[in-house]
Amino acid sequence: MSAKRRIVVAMSGGVDSSVTAALLHSQGYDVVGLTMQLYDHGAATAKSKTCCAGQDIYDARRVADRIGIPHYVVDYETNFKSEVMDRFAESYIRGETPVPCVLCNQTVKFRDLLKAAKDLGADALATGHYVQRIEGARGAELHRAVDPDRDQSYFLFATTQAQLDFVRFPLGGLTKPEARALGVTFGLHVAEKPDSQDICFVPNGRYADVIQKLRPDAAHPGDIVHVDGRVLGRHTGVINFTVGQRRGIGVGGEAEPLYVVHVDPENARVIVGPKETLLRNAFEIHGVNWLGAGQGPSEGGTPLHVKLRNTQPPMAATVFGEAGGKARVVLAEAEAAVTPGQACVFYDGERVFGGGWIARDVGIAHLPHNLRRGAAAAAV
Amino acid sequence: MADAAHSYLDYNATAPLLPQAEAAVRESLGVFGNPSSVHGAGRRARALVEDAREQIAAHTGASTAEIVFTSGGTEANALALKGGHYAAMIVAGIEHASVLAAAPGAAVVGANAQGIVDLDALEDALKSAPRPALVAVMLANNETGVLQPLDAVIALAKTYGAFVHCDAVQALGKVPVDFTSGVDSMSLSAHKIGGLKGVGALIYRGDLDAQIAGGGQERRRRAGTENVAGIVGFGAAAREVPRLLADMPRIRALRDSLESKVRAAAPQARIYGEGTPRLANTSCFSLANVSSETQVMRLDLAGVSISAGSACSSGKIAPSHVLLAMGVNPAEAKTAVRVSLGWTTREADVARFIDAWQPLALNAAA
Repeated sequence: MSAKRRIVVAMSGGVDSSVTAALLHSQGYDVVGLTMQLYDHGAATAKSKTCCAGQDIYDARRVADRIGIPHYVVDYETNFKSEVMDRFAESYIRGETPVPCVLCNQTVKFRDLLKAAKDLGADALATGHYVQRIEGARGAELHRAVDPDRDQSYFLFATTQAQLDFVRFPLGGLTKPEARALGVTFGLHVAEKPDSQDICFVPNGRYADVIQKLRPDAAHPGDIVHVDGRVLGRHTGVINFTVGQRRGIGVGGEAEPLYVVHVDPENARVIVGPKETLLRNAFEIHGVNWLGAGQGPSEGGTPLHVKLRNTQPPMAATVFGEAGGKARVVLAEAEAAVTPGQACVFYDGERVFGGGWIARDVGIAHLPHNLRRGAAAAAV
Repeated sequence: MADAAHSYLDYNATAPLLPQAEAAVRESLGVFGNPSSVHGAGRRARALVEDAREQIAAHTGASTAEIVFTSGGTEANALALKGGHYAAMIVAGIEHASVLAAAPGAAVVGANAQGIVDLDALEDALKSAPRPALVAVMLANNETGVLQPLDAVIALAKTYGAFVHCDAVQALGKVPVDFTSGVDSMSLSAHKIGGLKGVGALIYRGDLDAQIAGGGQERRRRAGTENVAGIVGFGAAAREVPRLLADMPRIRALRDSLESKVRAAAPQARIYGEGTPRLANTSCFSLANVSSETQVMRLDLAGVSISAGSACSSGKIAPSHVLLAMGVNPAEAKTAVRVSLGWTTREADVARFIDAWQPLALNAAA
């Protein structure tokens, strides 16, 4: 074993992970690049701006050649299919709006790839995420990136303490322009490569097409129902709707703008209403991961800030711990569009305290009685 | 190749350039003529190509007229299968991907657990196939090294009026290769015996439709200006075949020593084709619960080059279709690696392999 500390870098072929690898190499680490093969690119649309297309493996390899580090491709197609893509489809079919990037980080990246890094004798696994890992008095802490526009902490809330101890995020203290400038300094051909925006396995943002492919029998047409009980129209399948959605609902002629308030897959119903029917001040979460002090949020309530969407600033809330990895979140001010399937991420200032998944039975109490019965049955 | 940092144990992927081939190639680089040109420069290049053809003929028992130079083994296989005139094709499931891909509608014959083509299944396929059929069975498998019963295959084929194509790419230089044994066509590759990459040959008896058309090179069987330097290197390497064969007992002893150490380190390891005639330089084995990927990466980081399955263009490792054809389950096939030795291999290379591989075996057992 060489005296140099070995760090495995998860290389996607994009600028961030490429700069991560070059930076660590320049700091004297024994860097090994690994690129995950996650799905069959031939089957997906040939699109270059995704995190794991064939072109990206090529880019990662050329960057590794340029830096002068070993690089390998590891095949996680089977696990990515069952634990990310299938769960993504099932979540939509349940009437939720999933965050597959969190599932990917939880499974193939920080479980399978982390194990591969350990198998290769590495001391750490580094990624190009914009988030900070700060060594605290009681072990590693997760903090927001210094660049608020780039902060990716929302997607990393499920990182466990054990994983956090092993991973490194060298870009968390940089802004994106600084990272790109480093890419130029290191002579990386990907320095000007466009950012990936979409979910990597969903070309062109057309997620319903992907679900259709994964679950061809998932789409059941049904009614679009107003919260006041009126049937306003028909839809081709609940997977096309997200709680909080306004555009593309396909009903008109109402006095005020309508939003998707609830998705009821069992009865193939999409419930819509005016904006105020979207407002919630409390909801349940499950699958809680806790990165704060103690074992979890207090039963009597832990005051925190929460983010219910990646793009939203944290808002004040109290989180009440419950048994079985669940919690109840009470917001200081009511919020529109608390979307089932999205992550509710806890913050204490800049530090990430973990988070959980927003449960499906949001807002049932607001529905008129005749709609509530079906929705409640659906929420089991 | 036991230099200070590196042991190359992947000869079945490619061999290092033989010094004799390198010398011949270097000398030929000054001869720039086009072998098809009528002038002196062209004739000098043409003479080099024909010298090489004679050397290859001499070491394979073929006549010079039967040798068609190609860009490698893959093209030779494609030319043999696509350029002939057959009513049906029957291929072994353990064939190289270039054979399987060149015969998309072929009947595929399986193999037994030892990696030997199933002769009963072959006969059944021959019985029901329209005539004339082409049977493609390789001489030695590239992944397991297992030698195929070519004499029996030829006898069966003749009984049913079929032709036989033999991919001898992996066999050349490791076991005697003889075109007069009764096959109708045979593929060879230069870089597996220490020549350059990008050159190979098809030995073919009979009419052949060119698959790359244009000029009349290679007796109208393969158009395109000849790869003169590559062909010269191929000829020079072919001349070394007797010496390569003479080195095989030494290599076999090293391979057997490696396998006994593998077995000692990991009693659970399964060595494929162990009890059957196979190439002296090849060892293919699986280590339960340790993926091929992990083994190859770990060994590479320790300076030892081995391979796993067949790497696709992205570098992703797919489970070996050869092992699957032998009835190995996919989970086990994903833990198989291939170690292949050659003329530069020394005891120190085997030791370096074992030193790097043993911890994986111990971890897997723990």
